[in-house]
Amino acid sequence: MTINQLSIFIENKSGTLVKVLKILKDAGIQLIASAIADTVEYGIYRVVCSEPTRAYLILKDAGIPVALSDVFALVLENTPGSAADAIELFTNEGISITYMYTFLLKGKGIIVFRTDNADKARETIILNNLKFIAEKDLNALAEQSI
Amino acid sequence: MIWNQNKECMSRDEMSALQGKRLHKVVEYVYHNVPFYRKKLQERDLIPDDIQTIEDITKLPYTTKKDLRDNYPTGLQAAPMSQIIRVHASSGTTGNPTIVGYTRKDIAIWTECMSRSLTAFGIGRNDIMSVAYGYGLFTGGLGAHNGVENVGAAVVPASTGNTEKHAKLLRDLGITGIACTPSYALYLAETMEKMGITKDQIKLRVGAFGAEPWTENMRKEIQDRLGLKGYNIYGLSEVMGPSVSYECQCQNGSHICEDHFFPEIINPVTLEPLPRGQKGELVFTTLTKEGMPVLRYRTRDITSLMEGECNCGRTAVRMTAIEGRSDDMLIIRGINVFPSQVEAVVLAIPEIAPRYMLIIDRVNNLDTLTVQVEVRPDYFTSDFDTPGAVENLRKKVEFKLRSVLSIGAKVELKAPGSIERSQGKSVRVLDKRVLK
Repeated sequence: MTINQLSIFIENKSGTLVKVLKILKDAGIQLIASAIADTVEYGIYRVVCSEPTRAYLILKDAGIPVALSDVFALVLENTPGSAADAIELFTNEGISITYMYTFLLKGKGIIVFRTDNADKARETIILNNLKFIAEKDLNALAEQSI
Repeated sequence: MIWNQNKECMSRDEMSALQGKRLHKVVEYVYHNVPFYRKKLQERDLIPDDIQTIEDITKLPYTTKKDLRDNYPTGLQAAPMSQIIRVHASSGTTGNPTIVGYTRKDIAIWTECMSRSLTAFGIGRNDIMSVAYGYGLFTGGLGAHNGVENVGAAVVPASTGNTEKHAKLLRDLGITGIACTPSYALYLAETMEKMGITKDQIKLRVGAFGAEPWTENMRKEIQDRLGLKGYNIYGLSEVMGPSVSYECQCQNGSHICEDHFFPEIINPVTLEPLPRGQKGELVFTTLTKEGMPVLRYRTRDITSLMEGECNCGRTAVRMTAIEGRSDDMLIIRGINVFPSQVEAVVLAIPEIAPRYMLIIDRVNNLDTLTVQVEVRPDYFTSDFDTPGAVENLRKKVEFKLRSVLSIGAKVELKAPGSIERSQGKSVRVLDKRVLK
């Protein structure tokens, strides 16, 4: 139900982001979505990509502080309010969203997020029959879109 | 194993008598050969015959690094150049370097002391030892080199630089001992890991680490990563070079070669000699040196001396680990701060790497202290992927620093490898205040 996301520690200085991106490029890893949460001195760069486990190992080998995190990815209808409706379901269950970002894939809006209670979030997704993306779907979608 | 049972295990009475005799001789020698010392003694109304026992040492004046610089290049040299067979120079980051000339006898005594150290570490004729102190003006390389040859082990003069080749030789030759700075040992471990050489593939057993202060945590980390036992070796070029003192198998302080170098501890502010056991600045008088003897040379190193027979059987007085330097001491907002205190905090937090940089600045007439540390990739897990988690780590380091230093420091987290590695003595402090 969850997908693997890379969480990469990067220093806020010129050249650090491109270093990470070049390592991924050289390994033939395709970025699907990414977002940076930053402070003044450093940031966490979150990346959804093809072959995340391989990407993780390659970055780790290069000495980059990187972790693999389980995150949820839901497919939303392209209608106003669909994100609000989806998030509300989690809020009603007392689940907090710790971070979230969105991207478009094949014309569909996708929200990627992490919660403070993964088990309960999983339950909420099943009970409400929300449409989620699994790791293999994501890879398939990525390939089609190339 | 003990290299020189006679001297290293001498009774205290015999040692004091020997030291007294040698002190008288060296005072007489410099009085007649070094105008600087003659003048200083005359100012105090002293003649060499006033110095008969080792207790008389307190009558003598101190010598400082500044005296050595002021008498650049060879003003304090006692032996004529015709008797000098080697010259070393200490790292002079400010002003003139300190030039130290050695006679043939000096080199022989240095080699003797180095042999005592290596034997205490367990190095003998069956060992292969690489020396990765810099070869050159720095005393580390050649000093250690002579000792390794003297105990009959095979020396590999790797020096610093070309660390990859060194790592390859460690593995391929089955090198069993290494002499280098502790920070270079870590750099070597890192290089080996990058090359895919594991500690099972190497046979390192003994590390002779010195030339910079280090801590127990650093020792643990080096031992873990290189699979050896690390021993402290202490020295300074103004007095001789490495092997002024060395740890034995008990690793409870470093035994001083006190038949050659007489130690005292003084209060660095009042200059009063302190009783054994108290912490203060270490002072050395060379008892047998010919090239450039020094009387009561202030090392600026902060330590204490321990008397009593060691479990290893040696009676030679021991010095505890260097806790800082009286001149490295930073005064930040009126508080004394030693870089070693920061190091202790940094090494105790597993999520950050064991290296750091202190940056001191003055903003609006207020001193600021920034401590840069590196995030350690192995400890970066998905727990850090939640908002504030990295910030909490940063705050944890800040909190620990504040409790140890008694002043607030700003901590900056840096990417691995972004704080400069050293191949010699580490530069860990950037004091921007003096540049303005």
